[in-house]
Amino acid sequence: MDIKDIIKPENLVYKKTELMTDNVLSYCPGCGHGTAHRIAMEVIEEMGLTEDTIGVAPVGCSVLAYDFMNIDMQQASHGRAPAVATGIIRTWPDKIVFTYQGDGDLAAIGTAETIHACNRGENIVIIFVNNGIYGMTGGQMAPTTLPNMKSSTSPFGRDVETMGAPLKMTELVALLPGTNFVTRHAVHSPGHVRKAKKALRKAFQNVKDKKGTQLIEIVSNCNSGWKMTPVDSNEWMVENMFPFYPLGDIKVDGKIVKELH
Amino acid sequence: MAKVKGAIVVDTVKCKGCGVCVVACPTQVIDLAKEVNGKGYHYAYMENPDACTGCSSCSIVCPDGVITVYRVKVEN
Repeated sequence: MDIKDIIKPENLVYKKTELMTDNVLSYCPGCGHGTAHRIAMEVIEEMGLTEDTIGVAPVGCSVLAYDFMNIDMQQASHGRAPAVATGIIRTWPDKIVFTYQGDGDLAAIGTAETIHACNRGENIVIIFVNNGIYGMTGGQMAPTTLPNMKSSTSPFGRDVETMGAPLKMTELVALLPGTNFVTRHAVHSPGHVRKAKKALRKAFQNVKDKKGTQLIEIVSNCNSGWKMTPVDSNEWMVENMFPFYPLGDIKVDGKIVKELH
Repeated sequence: MAKVKGAIVVDTVKCKGCGVCVVACPTQVIDLAKEVNGKGYHYAYMENPDACTGCSSCSIVCPDGVITVYRVKVEN
Protein backbone atom coordinates (compact mmCIF):
# COMPACT_ATOMS: atom_id res chain seq x y z
CA MET A 1 0.00 0.00 0.00
CA ASP A 2 1.34 3.39 -0.93
CA ILE A 3 1.92 5.96 1.78
CA LYS A 4 -0.24 8.42 -0.13
CA ASP A 5 -3.19 6.05 0.33
CA ILE A 6 -2.66 6.02 4.08
CA ILE A 7 -2.24 9.76 4.56
CA LYS A 8 -5.85 10.79 4.18
CA PRO A 9 -8.04 12.78 6.57
CA GLU A 10 -10.31 9.79 7.28
CA ASN A 11 -7.32 7.73 8.51
CA LEU A 12 -6.09 10.36 10.95
CA VAL A 13 -5.43 8.94 14.42
CA TYR A 14 -3.33 11.61 16.10
CA LYS A 15 -2.58 15.23 15.52
CA LYS A 16 -1.53 18.12 17.70
CA THR A 17 -4.47 19.53 19.64
CA GLU A 18 -6.06 22.79 18.53
CA LEU A 19 -5.44 24.16 22.01
CA MET A 20 -1.73 24.37 21.28
CA THR A 21 -0.96 27.37 19.07
CA ASP A 22 1.13 27.04 15.92
CA ASN A 23 3.97 29.04 17.45
CA VAL A 24 7.28 27.21 17.53
CA LEU A 25 7.97 26.24 21.16
CA SER A 26 10.81 28.21 22.73
CA TYR A 27 12.14 25.11 24.50
CA CYS A 28 15.36 23.25 23.72
CA PRO A 29 15.04 20.13 21.54
CA GLY A 30 13.78 17.20 23.59
CA CYS A 31 12.59 19.25 26.57
CA GLY A 32 9.73 17.68 28.51
CA HIS A 33 7.92 21.03 28.79
CA GLY A 34 6.47 20.68 25.29
CA THR A 35 4.96 17.28 26.07
CA ALA A 36 3.63 18.50 29.42
CA HIS A 37 1.99 21.52 27.72
CA ARG A 38 0.40 19.32 25.11
CA ILE A 39 -1.06 16.68 27.43
CA ALA A 40 -2.50 19.40 29.68
CA MET A 41 -4.18 21.01 26.68
CA GLU A 42 -5.40 17.62 25.38
CA VAL A 43 -7.04 16.89 28.73
CA ILE A 44 -8.77 20.30 28.76
CA GLU A 45 -9.99 19.82 25.20
CA GLU A 46 -11.21 16.26 25.78
CA MET A 47 -13.07 17.27 28.94
CA GLY A 48 -14.75 20.17 27.13
CA LEU A 49 -13.34 22.74 29.56
CA THR A 50 -11.75 25.02 26.97
CA GLU A 51 -13.92 28.03 27.70
CA ASP A 52 -13.98 27.62 31.47
CA THR A 53 -10.26 27.11 32.06
CA ILE A 54 -7.82 29.83 33.07
CA GLY A 55 -4.11 29.03 33.22
CA VAL A 56 -1.46 30.89 35.14
CA ALA A 57 1.98 31.02 33.54
CA PRO A 58 5.11 31.18 35.72
CA VAL A 59 8.55 32.69 35.34
CA GLY A 60 11.28 30.40 34.08
CA CYS A 61 11.66 28.38 30.91
CA SER A 62 7.88 28.16 30.60
CA VAL A 63 7.40 31.92 31.00
CA LEU A 64 5.95 32.06 27.49
CA ALA A 65 3.40 29.30 28.18
CA TYR A 66 0.63 31.79 27.33
CA ASP A 67 2.03 31.99 23.80
CA PHE A 68 1.66 28.25 23.31
CA MET A 69 -1.54 27.42 25.19
CA ASN A 70 -4.52 28.60 23.21
CA ILE A 71 -6.74 29.27 26.23
CA ASP A 72 -7.21 32.14 28.69
CA MET A 73 -3.93 32.71 30.48
CA GLN A 74 -2.52 35.07 33.08
CA GLN A 75 1.15 35.73 33.74
CA ALA A 76 2.29 35.79 37.37
CA SER A 77 5.40 37.20 39.01
CA HIS A 78 8.17 34.77 39.83
CA GLY A 79 6.79 32.06 42.13
CA ARG A 80 3.46 33.82 42.70
CA ALA A 81 1.35 31.70 40.37
CA PRO A 82 -0.58 29.92 43.20
CA ALA A 83 -1.36 33.33 44.75
CA VAL A 84 -2.63 34.68 41.43
CA ALA A 85 -4.60 31.47 40.90
CA THR A 86 -6.12 31.92 44.38
CA GLY A 87 -7.35 35.35 43.35
CA ILE A 88 -8.85 34.04 40.12
CA ILE A 89 -10.62 31.05 41.69
CA ARG A 90 -12.04 33.17 44.51
CA THR A 91 -13.36 35.72 42.03
CA TRP A 92 -14.76 33.06 39.71
CA PRO A 93 -15.38 29.93 41.80
CA ASP A 94 -16.95 28.14 38.84
CA LYS A 95 -13.89 28.42 36.60
CA ILE A 96 -11.21 25.76 36.32
CA VAL A 97 -7.86 27.30 37.27
CA PHE A 98 -4.45 25.73 36.89
CA THR A 99 -0.88 26.91 37.34
CA TYR A 100 2.05 25.62 35.34
CA GLN A 101 5.34 25.99 37.20
CA GLY A 102 8.92 24.81 37.12
CA ASP A 103 11.00 23.81 40.10
CA GLY A 104 12.87 27.12 40.37
CA ASP A 105 9.52 28.91 40.44
CA LEU A 106 7.48 26.57 42.64
CA ALA A 107 10.14 25.13 44.96
CA ALA A 108 12.45 28.13 45.41
CA ILE A 109 11.06 31.66 45.21
CA GLY A 110 7.45 30.48 45.35
CA THR A 111 7.73 28.06 48.27
CA ALA A 112 5.59 30.21 50.56
CA GLU A 113 2.86 30.77 47.97
CA THR A 114 2.78 27.08 47.07
CA ILE A 115 2.64 25.80 50.63
CA HIS A 116 0.01 28.30 51.73
CA ALA A 117 -2.18 27.79 48.67
CA CYS A 118 -2.02 24.02 49.28
CA ASN A 119 -2.64 24.48 53.00
CA ARG A 120 -5.71 26.62 52.31
CA GLY A 121 -6.89 23.92 49.93
CA GLU A 122 -7.52 26.32 47.04
CA ASN A 123 -9.48 24.56 44.33
CA ILE A 124 -6.72 24.66 41.69
CA VAL A 125 -4.51 22.30 39.72
CA ILE A 126 -0.77 22.89 40.11
CA ILE A 127 1.35 21.35 37.37
CA PHE A 128 4.92 21.20 38.67
CA VAL A 129 7.64 20.40 36.15
CA ASN A 130 10.79 19.34 38.01
CA ASN A 131 14.07 19.08 36.16
CA GLY A 132 16.37 19.64 39.11
CA ILE A 133 18.00 22.77 37.76
CA TYR A 134 17.42 26.40 36.81
CA GLY A 135 17.23 25.78 33.06
CA MET A 136 16.44 29.22 31.69
CA THR A 137 19.19 31.17 33.44
CA GLY A 138 22.01 28.78 32.61
CA GLY A 139 21.79 25.60 34.65
CA GLN A 140 22.33 26.89 38.18
CA MET A 141 21.68 24.74 41.23
CA ALA A 142 18.02 24.66 42.28
CA PRO A 143 16.53 23.46 45.59
CA THR A 144 15.61 20.25 43.75
CA THR A 145 19.14 19.53 42.44
CA LEU A 146 20.21 16.01 43.42
CA PRO A 147 23.06 15.39 45.92
CA ASN A 148 26.43 15.41 44.12
CA MET A 149 24.77 16.61 40.90
CA LYS A 150 26.90 19.07 38.96
CA SER A 151 25.45 22.40 37.91
CA SER A 152 27.00 25.71 36.90
CA THR A 153 26.93 26.96 40.51
CA SER A 154 27.92 23.59 42.02
CA PRO A 155 30.67 22.51 39.58
CA PHE A 156 32.00 19.87 42.00
CA GLY A 157 28.53 18.49 42.68
CA ARG A 158 25.96 19.51 45.26
CA ASP A 159 27.53 19.11 48.68
CA VAL A 160 24.66 18.35 51.06
CA GLU A 161 26.75 19.49 54.07
CA THR A 162 27.00 23.08 52.89
CA MET A 163 24.24 23.42 50.27
CA GLY A 164 21.45 21.52 51.96
CA ALA A 165 19.52 18.50 50.80
CA PRO A 166 17.14 18.54 47.83
CA LEU A 167 13.61 19.68 48.61
CA LYS A 168 10.84 17.18 47.90
CA MET A 169 8.01 19.67 47.51
CA THR A 170 5.50 17.07 46.39
CA GLU A 171 5.93 14.92 49.51
CA LEU A 172 5.90 18.09 51.60
CA VAL A 173 2.55 19.40 50.33
CA ALA A 174 1.02 15.90 50.53
CA LEU A 175 1.19 16.25 54.31
CA LEU A 176 -0.98 19.38 54.24
CA PRO A 177 -4.70 18.87 54.87
CA GLY A 178 -5.77 21.07 51.94
CA THR A 179 -4.34 18.88 49.20
CA ASN A 180 -6.60 16.27 47.66
CA PHE A 181 -4.57 14.57 44.93
CA VAL A 182 -0.77 14.60 44.86
CA THR A 183 1.13 12.50 42.38
CA ARG A 184 4.40 12.31 40.47
CA HIS A 185 4.83 11.35 36.83
CA ALA A 186 7.21 11.64 33.87
CA VAL A 187 6.82 12.31 30.15
CA HIS A 188 9.89 10.73 28.55
CA SER A 189 8.25 7.59 27.09
CA PRO A 190 4.82 6.86 25.56
CA GLY A 191 3.69 4.81 28.57
CA HIS A 192 4.67 7.49 31.04
CA VAL A 193 2.98 10.20 28.96
CA ARG A 194 -0.27 8.20 29.00
CA LYS A 195 -0.08 7.78 32.78
CA ALA A 196 0.67 11.46 33.29
CA LYS A 197 -2.27 12.38 31.10
CA LYS A 198 -4.56 10.11 33.08
CA ALA A 199 -3.41 11.78 36.30
CA LEU A 200 -4.03 15.23 34.81
CA ARG A 201 -7.51 14.20 33.77
CA LYS A 202 -8.22 13.03 37.32
CA ALA A 203 -6.88 16.28 38.72
CA PHE A 204 -9.04 18.45 36.45
CA GLN A 205 -12.07 16.30 37.26
CA ASN A 206 -11.38 16.73 41.00
CA VAL A 207 -11.18 20.50 40.58
CA LYS A 208 -14.43 20.41 38.65
CA ASP A 209 -15.93 18.55 41.62
CA LYS A 210 -14.41 21.17 43.97
CA LYS A 211 -12.30 18.73 45.96
CA GLY A 212 -9.31 20.95 46.77
CA THR A 213 -5.74 21.44 45.62
CA GLN A 214 -4.31 19.02 43.08
CA LEU A 215 -0.55 18.85 42.56
CA ILE A 216 0.90 16.90 39.64
CA GLU A 217 4.67 16.77 39.58
CA ILE A 218 6.25 15.89 36.26
CA VAL A 219 9.88 14.84 36.55
CA SER A 220 11.49 16.15 33.39
CA ASN A 221 14.86 16.50 31.76
CA CYS A 222 17.01 19.54 31.03
CA ASN A 223 19.41 18.38 28.38
CA SER A 224 21.00 21.83 27.92
CA GLY A 225 21.52 22.33 31.65
CA TRP A 226 22.72 18.80 32.20
CA LYS A 227 24.98 19.05 29.09
CA MET A 228 23.65 15.89 27.43
CA THR A 229 21.78 14.91 24.29
CA PRO A 230 18.00 14.68 24.71
CA VAL A 231 17.98 10.88 24.62
CA ASP A 232 20.94 10.60 27.04
CA SER A 233 19.31 13.07 29.41
CA ASN A 234 16.16 10.94 29.50
CA GLU A 235 18.28 7.89 30.37
CA TRP A 236 20.16 9.87 33.01
CA MET A 237 16.82 10.98 34.43
CA VAL A 238 15.59 7.38 34.71
CA GLU A 239 18.83 6.27 36.41
CA ASN A 240 19.35 9.20 38.77
CA MET A 241 16.19 11.29 39.19
CA PHE A 242 13.67 8.46 39.59
CA PRO A 243 15.37 6.78 42.59
CA PHE A 244 15.23 10.09 44.44
CA TYR A 245 11.89 11.27 43.03
CA PRO A 246 9.96 7.97 42.75
CA LEU A 247 6.99 8.05 40.40
CA GLY A 248 3.47 7.24 41.50
CA ASP A 249 0.57 8.54 43.55
CA ILE A 250 1.38 10.04 46.95
CA LYS A 251 -2.06 11.21 48.03
CA VAL A 252 -5.37 10.15 46.50
CA ASP A 253 -8.75 11.56 47.57
CA GLY A 254 -7.19 13.24 50.59
CA LYS A 255 -5.53 10.07 51.90
CA ILE A 256 -1.79 9.47 51.80
CA VAL A 257 -1.25 6.21 49.93
CA LYS A 258 2.53 6.05 50.12
CA GLU A 259 4.94 5.74 52.97
CA LEU A 260 6.69 9.08 53.34
CA HIS A 261 10.25 9.31 54.62
CA MET B 1 -6.56 -11.28 9.27
CA ALA B 2 -6.71 -7.58 8.94
CA LYS B 3 -3.34 -5.92 9.08
CA VAL B 4 -2.77 -2.40 10.27
CA LYS B 5 -0.65 -0.02 8.25
CA GLY B 6 0.38 3.37 9.43
CA ALA B 7 2.21 6.45 8.29
CA ILE B 8 3.47 9.62 9.93
CA VAL B 9 3.83 13.14 8.62
CA VAL B 10 6.54 15.20 10.29
CA ASP B 11 6.42 18.97 10.18
CA THR B 12 10.05 19.22 9.09
CA VAL B 13 10.15 23.00 9.50
CA LYS B 14 9.31 22.80 13.22
CA CYS B 15 11.04 19.49 14.07
CA LYS B 16 14.03 20.07 16.36
CA GLY B 17 15.63 16.67 15.75
CA CYS B 18 15.77 15.69 19.42
CA GLY B 19 15.46 11.99 18.55
CA VAL B 20 13.01 11.15 21.34
CA CYS B 21 10.62 9.68 18.73
CA VAL B 22 13.39 7.49 17.29
CA VAL B 23 13.80 5.78 20.66
CA ALA B 24 10.04 5.65 21.32
CA CYS B 25 9.14 3.88 18.05
CA PRO B 26 8.53 0.18 18.78
CA THR B 27 9.13 -0.86 15.16
CA GLN B 28 12.21 1.29 14.39
CA VAL B 29 10.50 3.25 11.64
CA ILE B 30 11.91 6.68 12.38
CA ASP B 31 15.41 8.03 11.92
CA LEU B 32 16.95 11.48 11.74
CA ALA B 33 17.63 12.83 8.26
CA LYS B 34 21.12 13.64 7.00
CA GLU B 35 19.75 16.91 5.67
CA VAL B 36 18.88 19.77 7.98
CA ASN B 37 15.90 22.09 8.12
CA GLY B 38 15.95 25.89 8.16
CA LYS B 39 17.12 25.97 11.77
CA GLY B 40 19.88 23.43 11.22
CA TYR B 41 18.19 20.49 12.91
CA HIS B 42 18.32 16.96 11.51
CA TYR B 43 14.59 16.43 11.28
CA ALA B 44 12.84 13.07 11.81
CA TYR B 45 11.55 11.07 8.84
CA MET B 46 10.26 7.57 8.06
CA GLU B 47 13.37 5.54 7.30
CA ASN B 48 11.46 2.27 7.23
CA PRO B 49 7.84 3.19 6.30
CA ASP B 50 6.68 -0.42 5.73
CA ALA B 51 7.05 -1.26 9.43
CA CYS B 52 4.85 1.60 10.68
CA THR B 53 1.72 0.42 12.48
CA GLY B 54 0.35 3.87 13.29
CA CYS B 55 0.61 3.29 17.04
CA SER B 56 1.21 7.03 17.66
CA SER B 57 3.94 6.40 20.26
CA CYS B 58 6.19 8.89 18.43
CA SER B 59 3.59 11.64 18.33
CA ILE B 60 2.71 11.17 22.01
CA VAL B 61 6.30 11.76 23.14
CA CYS B 62 7.14 14.45 20.58
CA PRO B 63 7.80 17.54 22.72
CA ASP B 64 7.04 19.89 19.84
CA GLY B 65 3.93 18.07 18.60
CA VAL B 66 5.15 17.99 15.01
CA ILE B 67 4.11 14.41 14.20
CA THR B 68 0.71 13.58 12.72
CA VAL B 69 -0.25 9.91 12.55
CA TYR B 70 -2.48 8.09 10.07
CA ARG B 71 -3.60 4.48 10.26
CA VAL B 72 -5.57 2.20 7.99
CA LYS B 73 -6.74 -1.42 8.21
CA VAL B 74 -5.68 -3.55 5.25
CA GLU B 75 -7.82 -6.62 4.48
CA ASN B 76 -5.78 -9.53 3.15
